[in-house]
Amino acid sequence: MIAEIGHFALVLALCVALVQAVVPLIGAKRGWSNWMAVAGPASTLQFLFIAVAFGALTNAYVTSDFSLVNVASNSHTEKPMLYKVAGVWGNHEGSLLLWITILALFGFAVTLFGRNLPPGLKSRALAVQAMIAVGFLAFILLTSNPFARLEPPPMDGNGLNPMLQDPGLAFHPPFLYLGYVGFSMAFSFAIAALLEGRVDAAWARWVRPWTLAAWIFLTCGIMLGSWWAYYTLGWGGWWYWDPVENASFMPWLAGTALLHSAVVVEKRDSLKSWTILLAIVAFGFSLLGTFLVRSGVLTSVHAFATDPARGIFILLLLVLAVGGSLTLYAIRAPAMKMGGLFSPISREGSLLLNNVLMSTGAATVLLGTLYPLIADALNLGKVSVGPPFFNAVFLPLMAPMVAVMAVGPMMAWKRGDLAGILGRLKLAAALALGTGALVWFLQGGSAGPWWTGAGFALAVWLGLGTLADLADRIRLFEAPAEALGRALRLPRSAWGMALAHLGVAVFIIGLTASAAWTTEHIQSQKIDQTVDVAGYGVTLKSVHDVPGPNYTASQATFEISRNGTLLAVMQPEKRIYRMPPRPTTTAAIRSGITGDLYVVIGDADPKGGYVTRLYFNPCIAWLWAGGGLLVLGGLVSLLDRRHRVGAPARPRVQPVSAKA
Amino acid sequence: MTRKQRRLYFVLLGMLALGAAVALVLTAISDSLVYFYSPTDIVTQRIPEGRRMRIGGLVEDGSVKKDGKTVTFKITDITNSLPVVYSGILPDLFREAQGVVVEGRMETDGQFHASEVLAKHDEKYMPKEVADALKKSGQWNDGKTPK
Repeated sequence: MIAEIGHFALVLALCVALVQAVVPLIGAKRGWSNWMAVAGPASTLQFLFIAVAFGALTNAYVTSDFSLVNVASNSHTEKPMLYKVAGVWGNHEGSLLLWITILALFGFAVTLFGRNLPPGLKSRALAVQAMIAVGFLAFILLTSNPFARLEPPPMDGNGLNPMLQDPGLAFHPPFLYLGYVGFSMAFSFAIAALLEGRVDAAWARWVRPWTLAAWIFLTCGIMLGSWWAYYTLGWGGWWYWDPVENASFMPWLAGTALLHSAVVVEKRDSLKSWTILLAIVAFGFSLLGTFLVRSGVLTSVHAFATDPARGIFILLLLVLAVGGSLTLYAIRAPAMKMGGLFSPISREGSLLLNNVLMSTGAATVLLGTLYPLIADALNLGKVSVGPPFFNAVFLPLMAPMVAVMAVGPMMAWKRGDLAGILGRLKLAAALALGTGALVWFLQGGSAGPWWTGAGFALAVWLGLGTLADLADRIRLFEAPAEALGRALRLPRSAWGMALAHLGVAVFIIGLTASAAWTTEHIQSQKIDQTVDVAGYGVTLKSVHDVPGPNYTASQATFEISRNGTLLAVMQPEKRIYRMPPRPTTTAAIRSGITGDLYVVIGDADPKGGYVTRLYFNPCIAWLWAGGGLLVLGGLVSLLDRRHRVGAPARPRVQPVSAKA
Repeated sequence: MTRKQRRLYFVLLGMLALGAAVALVLTAISDSLVYFYSPTDIVTQRIPEGRRMRIGGLVEDGSVKKDGKTVTFKITDITNSLPVVYSGILPDLFREAQGVVVEGRMETDGQFHASEVLAKHDEKYMPKEVADALKKSGQWNDGKTPK
């Protein structure tokens, strides 16, 4: 019964979304305020219906209602509660329902916080939001009903893929979807602005917090996914340039560019049509990501629950959404007047350079990701494009961007003084080069890869440049006594930027060190035998069977020592799940500032002993710390007074929207 | 700076970035593309040794032999099979008669030296390339592994 209510609620949500997609749009066009006012209650109602559906499916999972096909094929009574709940989105139908729930949540949030929004813009944005919802609701109802019944219901379910029985499943997909779907806000507002024919500083102020929130969620989602891939064996480490990883990275790149160009719209009333285009592209990439992950057209190590036939539907949605919005853009954007002028050497100029490099980077990632499809279609053979391609193409494009990142924030608007800034950064440059040379020397010159010195130098340059800018702003050296006061009065967005840029610097160190100096030892190790890994003695002490909630583990015990003193005990496992009966390997990881010890136990060797795999991964913690700083920077910036959701009304007298 | 100059600057900047990207792509793509073959392709065509490639097929029944950390097995598309050598820990879902993709190089000893063995995490799923290779060799059985 509850499942039928959920199904019915989805149908009602589709009806409401249809109304919301049409009525407010006509109202905004004709200037009928009561028609426009439909958008608010409609979005609330739509959210409520979808929330009921999501609740119904969650209930079915929690109570293990195996009369539902979806629950029976993906759950099991023995599964721990966390994975019963997370199992809701561990499958195709459920993950789509989560997607729609989040979409409706964002629409509801506009109604809730957007009281100050001009009614025309708000009703148009909500109508666009509803169009997306119509597409996805139709998709779920027509092809992927999560509430389909099974007759007769089985005694127990098939269980969830053990690979997915991990805390990563509970957090990674929701965050990722909050990011993906969050960009729909920027998209809807961009389309609404195109329909209105007007983009101004106020528009950018409304769009920025939503974009920033989506960006924070997406950054979190990518980092969590990356961490999950890192500690899971066989997923190629923390970043493998796998199609599914790229699918989440492309919207991130476009979203990051959007955040930066929206600053220029807000502060200088310039780069408007470019910003609109980025908003469309960011959401287009999100849809593309959903399509790539859900359809399985590309071979990926992470794709679960794919279904090519249903992928066509998403492809259709993608073509309609992106094609339609780009057509609208082509018609309307030329009418948008370019605002304030600026010289290439200026804050705007450096933000533009950031945008150009980010977009080019995203384009190369897109090319590399889709190339196997193109090659297959053109009969050029079956190929895969792996990490070597992306490393050789993407990283060289990002290096100049990082170099400019240190300088850009110090530039004045309109016209900057590059020579003066470089003069102030002389010390930073010297220290960066010195660090690079030192790293090169410590790794034994050409004994390591050539780019390690460059990576460290860039990181130090960016880190010190950011700190120097911060010191300048609070006049730390000119008037140290007042510096603290100034620091407290500094806008939160300035702190946010500094934290995020520092995060990138920290991240680059982790990236460089882990890519260059990882050491791997694979051997057949006997009990009490010690293997030396990066200065640590790793001794296999024993292997025992240990029971888990729905699996049996064979658990190894390793003792880690350094110079004879015992530091830690590590216990990696090989698990055999009962339902479905499948093995998984769980690594044990000991994290530190200098690096992670990563220990894996394999099969027993017939000649005695066990196959073990021991890694030392340098500076992995720096990756997570860098990602954390990015997220923290975003949060601090989001708390800036100017970005408070539902921000100030348009500054000047509002012209009656004559164009629309 | 006038509007016209600024537009020129935009265009130049864009061209420069795109030009750099194209140059990088062209230099990288020929070395870093990994082609996909079926065991039959390897046996019937002359494929240069030492080039990095991927091979997809099924793990032949009874062919898996483990010796310490070294594993040898045969990968097959039923028509032909190819010996593979791999050092390391196999993925959890690696099993006989299961679809698998190996990445590595053909060596002069006639064996394929794999640096990576990829098995899907979902046992219902067959890598697309493996399915295509099986279809080509006429052994496709509606997505079910033979037997």
